[in-house]
Amino acid sequence: MELSLATRTVGEHTVLEVGGEVDVYTAPRLRERLLELIDGGARHVVVDLGRVDFLDSTGLGVLVGALKRLRTAGGSFALVCDKEPLLKIFRITALDQVFPLHSTVDAAVGAEPTGANA
Amino acid sequence: MATVRLSFSPAPVHVRTARLVGVAVARRAGVREDLLDEVRLAIGEACTRAVALHRQYGLPDPVLVEMSDSGSYAVRVVDRAPIEAGIGLAALPPDALANESLTDEALTTGVGFALLAGFVEDLQVRPVDDGVGTEVRMVWPVGR
Repeated sequence: MELSLATRTVGEHTVLEVGGEVDVYTAPRLRERLLELIDGGARHVVVDLGRVDFLDSTGLGVLVGALKRLRTAGGSFALVCDKEPLLKIFRITALDQVFPLHSTVDAAVGAEPTGANA
Repeated sequence: MATVRLSFSPAPVHVRTARLVGVAVARRAGVREDLLDEVRLAIGEACTRAVALHRQYGLPDPVLVEMSDSGSYAVRVVDRAPIEAGIGLAALPPDALANESLTDEALTTGVGFALLAGFVEDLQVRPVDDGVGTEVRMVWPVGR
């Protein structure tokens, strides 16, 4: 399934809903969109992976890049994910210790925007 | 024994095709349904790595994926990059992946290896027998 990207605003958070497959071919488009959002002034970004069917190392690299960029800018970055296969990927790479992971968008936007270790 | 071979130009767009074929052959070979997500991810990571190496070295040669089901499901992903690039690629420990100072490229490579090692119990990375290149060999049990 092709990559789909949709943005909405919830309070002070920008929520990017991602769907489909995030891999070496599609990840550049995700990177581009995240950069657009951050360069456009978004400081509290939530990426909703709820409709992602596939996520590889390239996609993870893009997400880490956005996290770093937002931290540097004094912002926050969180992920929404409740699918076990994807959660396993975060556990195996220990990136579950890097990203704030939430099971719903409500939980993500309700959390204090303190970045990692939240 | 059945063998399926796929070779593709080293372009990111074809990695998805390799994943689809790899999973289709795995299913046909009798790999358990609950392992197929891992098969898909591992074949994708191995092919992504091969494509990245070919691009890094400007190699137009195709990446080869060979799947066979003699007793188990074995997948070989073969690149043609100089050997020093392929063997001993930094398999970063998970803690290092969180290191803020890693470049994006190093991080992605490290994450790719962490995923391969984490998802494939029977994994070998070794020089190819013929010519220049590296082979990533992954084996999964079949349920029959």
